[in-house]
Amino acid sequence: MTLPPGALGATPPPTPTRALPPATVIAGSLLTAWPMIAHAGLLPPCGLLMLLAWRLLAPGALRPWAAAPLGLVDDLVSGQPLGSAVLLWSLALLAIDAAERRLVFRSFRQDWLIAAPLIALVLGAGRLVATPLGARVDRVLGAQIVATALLFPAAARTCAWIDRRREAA
Amino acid sequence: MARPPDRRPGFSRRAQNNLFVGYVLAVAGAIVGAVLLVASRFDPPAFRAIRSAAGEVTAPISAALGSANGALAAAPDEVSGYFGVHAENARLQAELVATRRLLTRARALDHENARLRRLLALRDAAGDVVIAARLVSSSASSARRFGLLDAGFVAGVREGQPVEDPDGLVGRVVEVGPDSARVLLLIDAESLVPAARAGDGFPAIVAGRGDGLVDVRPVNPAAGEVRPGDLFVTSGAGGIFAPGVPVARVDARASDGGVGRPLARADTLDVAIVRHAYMPPPPPPRQPTP
Repeated sequence: MTLPPGALGATPPPTPTRALPPATVIAGSLLTAWPMIAHAGLLPPCGLLMLLAWRLLAPGALRPWAAAPLGLVDDLVSGQPLGSAVLLWSLALLAIDAAERRLVFRSFRQDWLIAAPLIALVLGAGRLVATPLGARVDRVLGAQIVATALLFPAAARTCAWIDRRREAA
Repeated sequence: MARPPDRRPGFSRRAQNNLFVGYVLAVAGAIVGAVLLVASRFDPPAFRAIRSAAGEVTAPISAALGSANGALAAAPDEVSGYFGVHAENARLQAELVATRRLLTRARALDHENARLRRLLALRDAAGDVVIAARLVSSSASSARRFGLLDAGFVAGVREGQPVEDPDGLVGRVVEVGPDSARVLLLIDAESLVPAARAGDGFPAIVAGRGDGLVDVRPVNPAAGEVRPGDLFVTSGAGGIFAPGVPVARVDARASDGGVGRPLARADTLDVAIVRHAYMPPPPPPRQPTP
């Protein structure tokens, strides 16, 4: 039986290309190492963005359980309490699975429509577990959510570009 | 594009099992995350250790990027400085004349201050400097406000030590690795610093808000109120922060005190000075009553 390259059960590509998608997610998380002392949490969580883009654009690129280890890496460098990204990223991928079951058609706009509320939910829940309720971070959080959702097409472009290279390799 | 017809990978038992195991692992990952999250409420030392290990890896990268970035950013300044040097010279000469008078007065005041301090037998408040390091990166994508310092316990940095920059208080060290340390910034929503108004010593708590500003809450609201323009310095109450370090200037009044902005501009990769944690002097022994 022949399967399309991304499908489950198909022979996985050789290791270096297989490791590329998780590596880009980790690279996104590591963007917090950029030398800048931020006064408010405005930097979009690029690790999450890459994770969602990979999952929505190339479902075979990440294993279903990849969110937990990738989330752990993100927790180590993001400043969030340890375990928040492990939990929230896993739930986000499971939510995408549940949504996919109900969808008949796939289009990029639909992917964006799935990603945007997930970004809002993950960032909102991350704020709730990290800071006390009284903290005045909600306006900044709103801006961060909007910025992140608007960056999704760019992340998707990056994924598609890498995926094309990956398949060519 | 229509979705692929079926998600089941055919009749292969092995492929079906793999898929199933994948989902079991995904759910297990979420559960592990929840457990970690609950555990991190109690902040066990193991978590600190692996987080500082991550800091060890990223701090040198950030420092290198920072110096490269700084060199690039400084280039236009250097070019324009070359041309503007004459005007600058004239300006500085004028400033020197103006400052000389002030300096003489400050010297006299300093002398008098030293004399009065000797009279009062005051201990010098500020703790000794542990090391001057740099803040190299921060938790820019999180709602928490942490900074990463490029010095750790090899250099003598310990948990709880205050971090200052030349303008004022930056925060305090919360996690230490061999050559990096995590600093809880003054503007984090969980940061509290006991402070007093410069001038009359009116006590207040400076609490971070998380959005780059701080709340200045009077300890005893009945005793007075916070006014815009007030300067608050650390009071030394409770230890850790030595008294007299500038903390924040009040910008506006709020319902429970004032809203201010921190004096230390920690947005630049400036020198951050780590000091030994301040221990308030013990109260004088009570005279035994005869």
